[in-house]
Amino acid sequence: MRVGLFIPCYIDQFYPDVGLATLELLERYGCEVDFPRAQTCCGQPMANTGCTNDTRPLAERFLQIFEGYEYVVCPSGSCTAMVRVHYEEYFHGDARYEALRKRVFELSEFLVDVLQVSAVQGRFPYRVGMHQSCHGLRELRLGSSSEMVGPTFNKGRQLLQSLEGIEFVTLTRPDECCGFGGTFAVNEEAVSCMMGLDRLHDHEQAGTQVLTANDMSCLMHLQGLILRQKKSIKVMHLAQILAGREVPK
Amino acid sequence: MSATEITVDHPQRAKAFVHNDSRAHWHDQALWFVRVKRDRMAQSLPEWEQLRAKASQIKTHTISRLADYLEQFEREATKRGAVVHWAADAAEHNEIVLRLLREHGVKKVAKSKSMLTEECHLNPFLERHGIEVIDTDLGEWIVQLRHETPSHIVLPAIHIKKEEVGALFHERLGTDAGATDPKYLAEAARQKLREVFLSAEAGITGVNFAVAETGGIVVCTNEGNADLGTALPKLHIACLGLEKLIPRAADLGVFLRLLARSATGQPITSYSSHFHGPAPGGELHIVLVDNGRSNILGSDDYRRSLHCIRCGACMNTCPVYRRSGGHSYGATVPGPIGSILNPARDLQKYAKLPSACSLCASCTDVCPVKINLHEQLLTLRRDVARAGHLSRGKRFMMRSASFVFRRPRLYSALGKFGRWSLRWLPRFMIYGPWNPWGKQRDLPPPPRRSFRDEFRRRQA
Repeated sequence: MRVGLFIPCYIDQFYPDVGLATLELLERYGCEVDFPRAQTCCGQPMANTGCTNDTRPLAERFLQIFEGYEYVVCPSGSCTAMVRVHYEEYFHGDARYEALRKRVFELSEFLVDVLQVSAVQGRFPYRVGMHQSCHGLRELRLGSSSEMVGPTFNKGRQLLQSLEGIEFVTLTRPDECCGFGGTFAVNEEAVSCMMGLDRLHDHEQAGTQVLTANDMSCLMHLQGLILRQKKSIKVMHLAQILAGREVPK
Repeated sequence: MSATEITVDHPQRAKAFVHNDSRAHWHDQALWFVRVKRDRMAQSLPEWEQLRAKASQIKTHTISRLADYLEQFEREATKRGAVVHWAADAAEHNEIVLRLLREHGVKKVAKSKSMLTEECHLNPFLERHGIEVIDTDLGEWIVQLRHETPSHIVLPAIHIKKEEVGALFHERLGTDAGATDPKYLAEAARQKLREVFLSAEAGITGVNFAVAETGGIVVCTNEGNADLGTALPKLHIACLGLEKLIPRAADLGVFLRLLARSATGQPITSYSSHFHGPAPGGELHIVLVDNGRSNILGSDDYRRSLHCIRCGACMNTCPVYRRSGGHSYGATVPGPIGSILNPARDLQKYAKLPSACSLCASCTDVCPVKINLHEQLLTLRRDVARAGHLSRGKRFMMRSASFVFRRPRLYSALGKFGRWSLRWLPRFMIYGPWNPWGKQRDLPPPPRRSFRDEFRRRQA
């Protein structure tokens, strides 16, 4: 199957290995992957600031660039949610968009729901703390949220747990926001950083060695705090662990 | 809020709150504790999600024909001997209450918890007209004694520590100096409030639910203070926001089961007091208040915010509210729902509240009446920008970013330059007051090549 790889701008610029790991995983499971070079940013920062006029042309570009692919896969729940959920505002009733939105997937849900991957080969003998990125959790429902009552599930964890030697830590607050929130991180800098430090504290108490998530943006914020405070926790995107990357030194 | 603050500066107020690290953590944990209690209660009902859906449907139905239900309520309440008054706004509400009190020669009022009267600033209004009002809900009374406003709609004094309550009671009630035992302090308050209940000449209450079919009203309290405050005086004034209506008595079960579980993690409030007409020999006046609600009713984007039953669950779960405190919102109703209701009324004054949110959507998942809170907050940001309340700097940033993102080559070149700068510039040039990201966080270690460069090399 022909997959258009949708790489968020900050991953493109700051975390190329997350993109490469995603690419390798998709190829491992038999996808023919293309990276359309015209892509830049889905427009979420502008949309979340309320600047819909600045978002619209980016949404239109996105539709044009990706509509020819059988599937579009992205290693970010938040950017996927922007396209699948929030583009509605720009393309309400547009048949081209309706056709595309059903084919846009976050990486872990693509592996689990479309490719039906039930186990991933590999070894990862570490204590792993999973950060549940909010948009993936509560807009894409990649897992059950702690607020709701019903069966518990988590697609990312489902993939990770087949790795040999992996251990999951138990947090006191299983899915509280890390405080990144896009422009929120600078608009409300004080609260944002307190939220991030509180998350890290929870992971430290739980004995996390490697902190992972479906979204590198949350991890960029948490990594920023870790580096500044010289904490020992390492961050890795889910795709990097699944693709068999070493834990960074 | 100071007179010079045209727009409530949430980031600034939040920063001040966070600055006191131990207090901010104490506040966060106190509210998280309530959230956990709520989770336990919700999990104990396998039908929880069905209840939420049912409650949401009842509310959607009710507000879709609110005028009919309001008139039905008025007819039925009147049949039972109550007098129904209609107030278009806070000023009219306050005038009606004052007139009623004056007609009855009332000088002292016992008031149970009512966020509507807080919204209308009833207390200062009555005090200016020589009427003494005593808030009989313990939390509200503490706040009143401190000349403050509530910082939470269910837990009005959640921002105050027991040591501070001890000091306040020592000064105002003569309790032992240094006393912090909640039981001792609550008992002292109880004795003092008993005097109020015995001497008040009128009782004012809020209303949690008004039933159109029966003309009855329901007031939920944990302290029984609504009953005590209305038992002795001849005059009971109940202040009721338009959105509190439900069609039938049978619907009450759905909401009573959701309300206390969501609010405090109790199966039900200690007292759910039903009033059907006045007590024998007394008078019951019900003041129906609009105060901006019908404008919200007219808006497709924000109509669902009128589902709100004021349980406060969105505040308890909000990671920003817990770390910035209720007063940082500068409004009677703070937190996620307040960040919708207040800007919907006064966009300029509350322009920053929709952005006091990381869009984590926990509020949407916790809300017992399924208000799409985080989506409405996002829509409000659009309205704020359209109305021109976004700073010039932010508008410029977003316009520039959009310009760059429409040009892949420019985007790539700027990205390369940015990463190069991060690698070669000395730290002091990267980190400074111009970089709010870097105040407490490092920027990511810059890679030599972007993903698109790596991809091209791989293809070659």
